[in-house]
Amino acid sequence: MSALLSIRGLTKAYPGVLANSDIRFEVAAGEIHAILGENGAGKSTLVKTIYGLVTPDHGEMYLDGKAFEPRGPQQARAAGVSMVFQHFSLFEALTVAENIALGMAKPPKAADLGRQIRDIANAYGLSVDPDRLVGELSAGERQRVEITRCLLQNPRILIMDEPTSVLTPQEVQTLFATLRRLSDQGVAILYISHKLDEIRSLCHHATILRSGRVVGACRPAEKTTRQLAEMMIGLELTRPLPRLFTPGEAVMTLRDLTVPAETPFGTTLKRINLSLRTGEVLGIAGVAGNGQDELMRVLSGETRVPRECMIFDGRQMGHRGPTYRRIAGLLSAPEERLGHAAAADMSLADNAFLTGRQRQRLAYRGFLRTTSTTNFARAIITRFDVRTPGTDTPARALSGGNLQKFVIGREILQRPKVLVVNQPTWGVDAHAAATIRTALRDLAANGTGVLIISQDLDELMEIADTFSVLESGTLTAPQRTGSLTIDEIGLMMGGSTQEAPNAVA
Amino acid sequence: MTPSKPVPAYLGEVEKRTKRDPSRTKRGKTQWPQTIVTLTAILALVVFALWGGLNPVLLAASIMVAAMPLLLAALGEMVVEKSGVLNLGVEGMMIIGAIAGFAIAVETGSPLLGLVAAAVAGAALSLIFGVLTQVLLANQVATGLALTLFGLGLSALIGQPYSGIKPPAFPRLNIPFLSDLPVIGPILLNHDLLMYITFALLALTWWFLYRARHGLILRSVGENHDAAHALGYNVIVIRLMAIAFGGACAGLGGAALSLIRVPQWTEGMTAGAGWIALAIVVFGAWRPGRVALGAFLFGGVTVLQLNLQAAGLTPLWLLVLGLLLFAVNSTAKSLAESTPAHTRAMIPLWIATLIMGMIATTYPISIQTQYLSMTPYLCTIVVLVVMSADRLRANLNAPASLGRTFHRTG
Amino acid sequence: MLTLEPRTGNTHLLQTLTPVLAVAITMLAGAALFASLGKDPVEAIRIIFLDPLLDPYSRSELLVKAAPLALIAIGLSFGFRAGIWNIGAEGQFIIGALTGGATALAFYDISGVWLLPLMAIAGALGGFAWAMIPAILKTRWGANEILVSLMLVYVAELLLSALVSGPLRDPDGFNFPESRQFHDSATLPILLAGTRAHIGILITLGISVAAYVALHRHVFGYHIKLMGSAPRAASFAGVSTTTMTAACLGLSGALAGLAGLFEAAGPVGQLVPSLPAGYGFTAIIVAFLGRLDPLGIVLASLVVALTYIGGETAQFTLQIPAAAISVFQGMLLFFLLAVDVLARFRVKYMRRAQ
Repeated sequence: MSALLSIRGLTKAYPGVLANSDIRFEVAAGEIHAILGENGAGKSTLVKTIYGLVTPDHGEMYLDGKAFEPRGPQQARAAGVSMVFQHFSLFEALTVAENIALGMAKPPKAADLGRQIRDIANAYGLSVDPDRLVGELSAGERQRVEITRCLLQNPRILIMDEPTSVLTPQEVQTLFATLRRLSDQGVAILYISHKLDEIRSLCHHATILRSGRVVGACRPAEKTTRQLAEMMIGLELTRPLPRLFTPGEAVMTLRDLTVPAETPFGTTLKRINLSLRTGEVLGIAGVAGNGQDELMRVLSGETRVPRECMIFDGRQMGHRGPTYRRIAGLLSAPEERLGHAAAADMSLADNAFLTGRQRQRLAYRGFLRTTSTTNFARAIITRFDVRTPGTDTPARALSGGNLQKFVIGREILQRPKVLVVNQPTWGVDAHAAATIRTALRDLAANGTGVLIISQDLDELMEIADTFSVLESGTLTAPQRTGSLTIDEIGLMMGGSTQEAPNAVA
Repeated sequence: MTPSKPVPAYLGEVEKRTKRDPSRTKRGKTQWPQTIVTLTAILALVVFALWGGLNPVLLAASIMVAAMPLLLAALGEMVVEKSGVLNLGVEGMMIIGAIAGFAIAVETGSPLLGLVAAAVAGAALSLIFGVLTQVLLANQVATGLALTLFGLGLSALIGQPYSGIKPPAFPRLNIPFLSDLPVIGPILLNHDLLMYITFALLALTWWFLYRARHGLILRSVGENHDAAHALGYNVIVIRLMAIAFGGACAGLGGAALSLIRVPQWTEGMTAGAGWIALAIVVFGAWRPGRVALGAFLFGGVTVLQLNLQAAGLTPLWLLVLGLLLFAVNSTAKSLAESTPAHTRAMIPLWIATLIMGMIATTYPISIQTQYLSMTPYLCTIVVLVVMSADRLRANLNAPASLGRTFHRTG
Repeated sequence: MLTLEPRTGNTHLLQTLTPVLAVAITMLAGAALFASLGKDPVEAIRIIFLDPLLDPYSRSELLVKAAPLALIAIGLSFGFRAGIWNIGAEGQFIIGALTGGATALAFYDISGVWLLPLMAIAGALGGFAWAMIPAILKTRWGANEILVSLMLVYVAELLLSALVSGPLRDPDGFNFPESRQFHDSATLPILLAGTRAHIGILITLGISVAAYVALHRHVFGYHIKLMGSAPRAASFAGVSTTTMTAACLGLSGALAGLAGLFEAAGPVGQLVPSLPAGYGFTAIIVAFLGRLDPLGIVLASLVVALTYIGGETAQFTLQIPAAAISVFQGMLLFFLLAVDVLARFRVKYMRRAQ
């Protein structure tokens, strides 16, 4: 098989970081080729270069043996390269058809386009209604819109950037079926992921990136997951041991919590009941956009609810704001590190003050106690091994993993009675993720109730004692983690718990 | 243990997971209250005109003229905002257009050249804003303010030799037969050229935004500039073009003031018209038809206020009008959402309106004209409040990237 | 092609240097402007920027002009930092002058040391109340504070004009639309004999220091900065947007009202329709030129006051039109915003690989 796409010596540097260095690999027609690597390994830069969004500093690309130098996505698409983004490049207030038209060089008339969308839908099982607003679609549906948009241009190379991070296990299987069918028709697929099992079951070849360099290539099916992981990370990982869970008293209870959506495309929380006990790690799974952010805002106090809807430590607290809850011992760490959990342009010391003010007594009569604040920040940095020049560094200068360690550490050091975290290891390198997971479990072992909202099922199976699923703003009753298989959880996430568990391959 | 929610399986189903109440999505479904309010306002204007002994037809014609500058400026700004940029410098661009149009019209004797000059001047000024905010990534609010301050100063500097001069008149475009039609003729078809240009622009803008591919691209940029960039659209160039269009429209609006509506040049003659145009964009919820409606309502308020001053009507009437519109709006809305409790709460509001009306008829209190001159500004505030109160609906129409800085990386 | 990369290191030095650079560029551009008006550019720049500093009376006038600018700009800077845009300081200035001045006129027959403090309180409260209108409309109904506060400027101007030609008109004033002259105990004490430099200048200085402490050493300032740089983080930290909006608008309104009273009870000495001289708008330029920092604003207010005083001189010595000065001030803000890019970004030349 001759190479359809060949990449020779691509190099791209950003200030302070070499994103890609001398990348080389080849992809044949019909091949599903994995680009495997941790967060920050340079996968996104690489595919953006192929898609024409990033201009490389050095190196060449060849398509069908001819030099391929896309000056923008339009040229890349014209040459037959299409891409499905991790954070979808969709417009919420526009319809599906409008979104698809925007991705095409010469879209047909509205009626024809609608028919073409339906044809593709029938051919590949990608059912979407062209007239709906994208903002109303679920993550899985949005991905189908993106894929449809790509397929309408008859691509020869399809780039999928972390496509499964927002899907339920069943949706993943459907996606794989579509991708295999495309592969059979001769479309080459560049599959970006750090999920090893997926790559083993789907991909023909894999190129492994670490710190911007190619560190290996293999046939994934011939390797074990562990071997792949070690190639990707570079050293062996230790998993925390399962621990015995002895539930204590209920420390936080939500009762019939109903919160209407605040934004046009938000989720309404419907009659949520939840009870968190001391020493318990409660995991809340679910695909993003099913009410996670809304629930998080209710728990942190940013959204006020009727007082009786939430009981914390024996007191009704639904109507209290974040400050009062912090004083009472209910701490939280939202998903978005920059801009929500921390202010990007402010120093780490200022960010330590952000939530530490009350419990660490960082202000006296309203005046800032700078020394105490710096000491607190330094304590977080030392205890959680945050790599940073100092407490004056602005938060945005830190890598994702380091900042996340800082954000979670800031709450843990304040000895909370309950800690609520949303996506604690999302976009974080493996070492930082392991540090954070261990810290959360240690915290629970000392009697804190920990509530983790996460999309990462593996993570929840690893550290949660009990487990619920949030879907369309509804929360299922909790189950002991050990009692469920991933498939069963996946069905809960899909909202189709009444189906037989093995109905979907 | 399991939720008893009958939801179909994943494959092939689109309808599930509708996260929102669908009635909120369908555009126009909960909008009839606003239509009623508008009709009430128009009706009230006619009643007031007759009451004050004014000819409603002439009044309507002068409302058209008064609305023209606002409509032009608001239309341009709407396109700018649709592309995701908030240009607060409308006032500055309008007044630069006013003086540039006036000066060129006087110097060349051609009002048409004046219009061209006004558009060019407005666009040129807006491009200062464009370069600063799009290329140099300056704060849009601060830069817009700077544009207004600069424009006001520069226009005063240029305009010094031009105060007290009469500009050359536009040839009036009378269409045979049609212009002589009763009522419609004088209102719609007996105007200066610029009026027809304005209407053409209005239609063109609507067609561009909702029917043309480039309009779709423009809207997509305003909705999510990162996604538009990822699809390969040049966000900065698209926005610069929108900004220049907005500037040209504002410049034309200014020329409409100095060459047609007033027609004269006085320092600071826009007197907040640019800011009112910004408010009209909010009132119009970023849609051309409603923006036009807003411009005519404000033109109506301005003309009526002047005529009330002349006819010696008391400002209590304005209060009555305000109360009436408020009551109609609230009642219609509570009926639309069918909440009987709210509807009952409307009764005191109606009684207050009635009592105010009775007071106004029985006690004709005379008042200083300054208070009447406040009306357009107070109306702007009221409109902003009423339009902003319904946040969900406003959010749906507002461009999601409005005012956010786009920084391209890579 | 040129690209911009965010600076990651410490930018304090650049932050202080860019306003200086902006002033320098504005001088050059101003010189070009004056040359295009047929005036000697060097002469014009000397008259505007140097001469007022050499003359003692001009120096005192500089302070008289700078004080209201600084006072208003300090108030505005808090809101601007937090992303709350009060554009209607001019209106709050007028209302402050009105309420304070009305207090003076109400006690026209009585004099006492308590009168001036009472007027000051009335002025500040007037400005505060006027600014609370956009604050309440924004927090309660989400109405845009920029447009509302600006509309209220026009309303305030009309109100002032209505009142001084109506209830507050001087009964012995031959129907001129102006109030009585304030009597001595309702006029601000003069610091230096023979000048118009009044006690309000000292109060302004005191307020600047207090504002500096509040901004950099107090939780209030921290919350302001937090809201400006990351609104969602502020809400997560427990900062109430409603409270902060009201506080920022109220504070700037009160300070603008106080400045209005100082103007009415100081250099003007009565209520006249021409009282508002555009300080409320110029203060926006001052706030940005001063980097939204109280001490920077004090310096910036002096620079901008210089253009006023020098501009007046240039008007009758060189016949430079008064409007040229506002063009000058507008340019200053443009150049400031333009050179600001240097402080925030590193400009890099990048070659395409092809």
